[in-house]
Amino acid sequence: MLADKDRIFTNLYGRHDWRLAGARARGDWDGTKEILDMGADWIIDEMKRSGLRGRGGAGFPTGLKWSFMPKTESDRPHYLVVNADEGEPGTCKDRDMLRFDPHKLIEGCLIASFAMKAHACYIYIRGEFYNEASNLQVAIDEAYAAGLIGNNACGSGWKFDLYLHRGAGAYICGEETALIESLEGKKGQPRLKPPFPAGVGLYGCPTTVNNVESIAVAPTILRRGASWFAGFGRPNNTGTKVFCISGNVNKPCNVEDAMSIPLKELIEKHCGGVRGGWDNLLGIIPGGASVPVLPKSICDTVLMDFDALRDVKSGLGTAAVMVMDKSTDIVAAIARLSAFYKHESCGQCTPCREGTGWLARVMKRMVKGEATLGEIDTLEQVTYQIEGHTICALGDAAAWPVQGLIRHFRPELERRIRDYRDAKVKDKAA
Amino acid sequence: MSGRALAKDQPASFAFTAEMTARLNQIIAKYPQGRQASAVIPALDLAQRQEGWVTRPAIEEIARLLDMAPMRVLEVATFYTMFNLHPVGKTHVQICTSLPCWLRGSNEVVKACKEKLGIGMGERSADGTFSLGELECSGACVNAPVAQIGDDYYEDLDYASTVKMLDAFKRGETPKAGSVTGRDGSAPAGDHLTLTEKPTPPAKQDFAAAKAAFEKAKAEAAAKAAAPKA
Amino acid sequence: MPKLTIDGIAVEVPANTTILQAAEQVGVEIPRFCYHDRLSIAGNCRMCLVDVEKSPKPVASCAMPVGEGMVVHTKSDRANKARGGVMEFLLINHPLDCPICDQGGECDLQDQAMAYGFDRGRYHENKRAVKDKYMGPVVETVMTRCIHCTRCVRFATEVAGVPQLGATGRGEDMEITTYLEGALSSELSGNVVDLCPVGALTSKPYAFNARPWELRKTESIDVMDAVGTNVRLDARGRQVLRVLPRVNEDVNEEWLADKSRHAVDGLRYQRLDQPFVRKNGKLAPASWDEAFAVITAKIKNLDGKKFAAIAGDTADVEAMLALKDLMTACGSSNLDCRQDGASLDPNARASYIFNSTIAGIEQADAILIVGSNPRKEAPVLNARIRKRYLKGGVKIAVIGDAAQLTYKYEHIGTTADVLAKIADGSHPFAATLKAAKNPMIILGMAALTRPDGAATLATAKNAADACGLVKDGWNGFNVLHTAAARVGGLDIGFVPGSGGKDVRGILDGAGKGEIEAVYLLGADEIDTAKLGKAFVIYQGHHGDRGAHRADVVLPGAAYTEKDGTYVNTEGRVQQALRAVFPPGDAREDWTIIRALSEKLGRTLPYDNLAQVRARMAFVNPLFKGVNKAEKAEWKGFGAPGSVAAVAFDYPVKNYYMTDPISRASRTMAQCTEEFVLAGSKQKSGTHG
Repeated sequence: MLADKDRIFTNLYGRHDWRLAGARARGDWDGTKEILDMGADWIIDEMKRSGLRGRGGAGFPTGLKWSFMPKTESDRPHYLVVNADEGEPGTCKDRDMLRFDPHKLIEGCLIASFAMKAHACYIYIRGEFYNEASNLQVAIDEAYAAGLIGNNACGSGWKFDLYLHRGAGAYICGEETALIESLEGKKGQPRLKPPFPAGVGLYGCPTTVNNVESIAVAPTILRRGASWFAGFGRPNNTGTKVFCISGNVNKPCNVEDAMSIPLKELIEKHCGGVRGGWDNLLGIIPGGASVPVLPKSICDTVLMDFDALRDVKSGLGTAAVMVMDKSTDIVAAIARLSAFYKHESCGQCTPCREGTGWLARVMKRMVKGEATLGEIDTLEQVTYQIEGHTICALGDAAAWPVQGLIRHFRPELERRIRDYRDAKVKDKAA
Repeated sequence: MSGRALAKDQPASFAFTAEMTARLNQIIAKYPQGRQASAVIPALDLAQRQEGWVTRPAIEEIARLLDMAPMRVLEVATFYTMFNLHPVGKTHVQICTSLPCWLRGSNEVVKACKEKLGIGMGERSADGTFSLGELECSGACVNAPVAQIGDDYYEDLDYASTVKMLDAFKRGETPKAGSVTGRDGSAPAGDHLTLTEKPTPPAKQDFAAAKAAFEKAKAEAAAKAAAPKA
Repeated sequence: MPKLTIDGIAVEVPANTTILQAAEQVGVEIPRFCYHDRLSIAGNCRMCLVDVEKSPKPVASCAMPVGEGMVVHTKSDRANKARGGVMEFLLINHPLDCPICDQGGECDLQDQAMAYGFDRGRYHENKRAVKDKYMGPVVETVMTRCIHCTRCVRFATEVAGVPQLGATGRGEDMEITTYLEGALSSELSGNVVDLCPVGALTSKPYAFNARPWELRKTESIDVMDAVGTNVRLDARGRQVLRVLPRVNEDVNEEWLADKSRHAVDGLRYQRLDQPFVRKNGKLAPASWDEAFAVITAKIKNLDGKKFAAIAGDTADVEAMLALKDLMTACGSSNLDCRQDGASLDPNARASYIFNSTIAGIEQADAILIVGSNPRKEAPVLNARIRKRYLKGGVKIAVIGDAAQLTYKYEHIGTTADVLAKIADGSHPFAATLKAAKNPMIILGMAALTRPDGAATLATAKNAADACGLVKDGWNGFNVLHTAAARVGGLDIGFVPGSGGKDVRGILDGAGKGEIEAVYLLGADEIDTAKLGKAFVIYQGHHGDRGAHRADVVLPGAAYTEKDGTYVNTEGRVQQALRAVFPPGDAREDWTIIRALSEKLGRTLPYDNLAQVRARMAFVNPLFKGVNKAEKAEWKGFGAPGSVAAVAFDYPVKNYYMTDPISRASRTMAQCTEEFVLAGSKQKSGTHG
């Protein structure tokens, strides 16, 4: 288990002062100017060497992403946009960073912006996080007042402005180009790529969109060194990570631990185990609503990292672990997710707009077994008709949970269909 | 979940109060010149804070203030689900029913609300004090089930605590937000293993050495690139 | 230039070409719904997905730029599967109402479903039903059929410049609508019907009228304004049921203005289908012989100086030439094709045409609009200015009313005298014009129909010379006409001969009794009260102002009923073709004049259309070249004088009613009610 001294988010539970004085006492804003003085190239190189992969779900290497920005400034300003539109069911890690460790994020925004030659950064926070936004705004104001950001950030000579922008209730705005559209005052409909945001992003200017956690861990990585961070987890899956464990565990919680921690250890150690014991486990969705569910047999041994979960046809996603014990109606659980994606589809492109509704309706019938056995195949085919054919990844996200259900719980679907049919026959006979 | 259409009965006019105007101007200043449309979501939010819901005259006033076509503002207002296009109760109760909340009993919370308030999902009480709605993932999943009331989250709810919370609102009180079981944020309930010590600043790496190593590696790479290919 | 292969065919195309465009170049058809080459790329229908080697997912070919060495398959298993899947998704919520859908037979969805769809449905849920939306008098909606391609939204926002269309809500509840279901207040609104790939937006006036395969299609020219939009007339039996645009990149691209499209029902009402003769103060039906006898009795021995002719705004060149020849034969030089009295100089062609050409607008980097409202006077041309505006890097200024033109401009003055300040360089915009590479002035009829019109024209010429509007390969001096007949009339010299009277003189003379007979060739836009006691012959197709004043009415043919030549505002000679025969006893116009000439003993020397056209080409060699806009020589014109500091009086007060056809049209009456009369009325939020 990770030692407290190696935890980045030392105020994850809000037990300490979240404001500037408290943050400083925990080591934030310590030597920021020194880091900036090391230069943009060093910062990006150090980030690459840390092995940090984006914490928003896709796991794209953060340092590499930063390196895609144009190396020199032009008449088009550069922007950093921080994605704080947390809303993937199961995920609630950014919320704690925003409300209890806002200065880590602000310091990260400065360093990342500096590395990418951006003088302005927008943090797009989901509208429901009103109190979190309030804390963050207070922290931003503190940072300005202390000269940490502003015209001469930390005395580095770098002009840096940081703005908070609140959303208004749309999961899709967590997709980076939808987020940019939303920030420009439009509906959150993802853009076609190419062009990618690093070329044409916010207001048509070079833009990088990063998850809160990816940015918030950057100052500590740079302060303590890439090799420190890379020392946790497995190769290609390095560092520490905040896990969100919800559902049928005895003590649901957020916890920071090393990457590649075994799933079982994560639950047993930090969450007091599965409700009713490990043997009462039915299945786990290990990385947020969009990744396929895993049956207990896989959960017994799987490691919590990008590669291990990909190998079992699921994903680390946002490391939001949703635990379901044997009392769970697994079909209803997945049906609930299908309803979510139907509700959150932006409606722009055909496979997602039409397909999410189709999935949700069939899944609703599957809960009762009101279907034919052949429809399980149809349902699966529909998911593959959506997957890979949409403008953004929401289509894939809607498809995967259903695929996971059919892959691992097909007998349960079949049983319900037979039971429903038998009951009907009995009804008629009676 | 449908019904993202404007309400039939609309007020005749809308104007931001002086305070709201000042807040809006502050917000507009965050965006580059000519990009004032970026402020449309915050502007609609302010209008909703002022009136309780988003009205047609508000949409048109915001379009005017931000130099946008009213259609573009309407699109935004109907796209984002936090905008109430119909009047809601003074206390607008929204229950998260997404998977993590459902796994931990959001059905019970919904039941408590319906029974206690005497209204169904999407309805408003006759006296206008309460309304009830559904929320798609509130993003506080380890504190499930969650209710959002106004700007506050009430967490770790069950049937009994929901009733207690609603009773407080009925009495005109505003109960303390956060976990109703009193745990710290998203920390595991009861004893826990992590973050037990008082945090101290971690040691910094040797920046001078790091810089030297970086420059050396860079020079080596440059030399390698410049060298004729074997 | 990247090289790639598409279905095994190698092709080299410029960078930034999309895969779909490259495929078109090698004749590989890729199905699409949302893509339209005149609109921005949306990439939302996903029908154009293709298989690109090394790409993990199928790629939307409408949006993906080509890359060096790309290997594209449009018919591979993966591409077919992707496309079949998209087609199935499009159909699950699309109603199966093709038999009662006006789009049937010309529906992209229907056609592509035949090519790519499955033979049966697998969707067993209830189909989505969407409430229909009100969008105005010309666009019918059946929104359940909508496939959310957003072509209409993009057209309204980008081309028409009226951002009233949008998509509200999200997900499967997303709905296309106008703001609060108001009418789409664009003069180009009918184009959304053409753009809609399904039957969601159809033509309201044409609803349930015909099936496309029942229609006879005739390629012709529109005369509702002076743009010369290329159209296709779809007729069944003796009726033109609808008008559609034809592609002509030089003129209208593929757009058509609403009046041009929807005034067509006016051809069914108020028609003159037999001759009339005034008896006891009332017009009574008569035979051709009777009508000609009455005219002959009046004209045969009349001094030519007491006889005059005025040509109307939709007259074809053939008829105007025949009438001019007849007037000349009668010894009259009192003729004019400028009903509105515009001070156009027939001696310098460059003074009365749109020299830059309509397509040339796209090259302009500074535009000064004087006394014109292009949006009302020539909506399709206005769309070209907007297109230029959207590209950026153009400065536009207006002298005249500060009308909403769908693009931003600098309003530099309301009164005409500001033009003089441009000419003498004292106004700052003169410097803008001077600095521009391709500067242009657009002079409207409102600037030329005033008493100081000739002076205004001369001042505009001075401004053009002073600001360098005319240079090698560029002539930035432009007159924007409102009458389809005008340039053709000037080109054949349908203007006063030596000692002859112009429109003002003719009306004046008629009032004083100096003119005893006036021949109105479809001239309805004059003040007929001024005709005094003159004997009036009206030849035309509608019982409008001219016919009401006439002593003899000769029933002619409307533009859809004759082969006629028209010259558009650019000076482009174009030929309209007959789609249907004129009603009843009505005849093609030049033949009426030819027949009359015989009765008058002054037989015109042509017996068929070919001979008339040969005569046209003899009078003005320009008529040898059809479809071309010939460059005109730049020389002096106008008359020196001072320009009055008064505001303009614009010719188009109500866009929807400007001529006898549109005044007879019920659709145009509805548009007038919606947009002109009710324009100021506030609508409630629940309207529609």
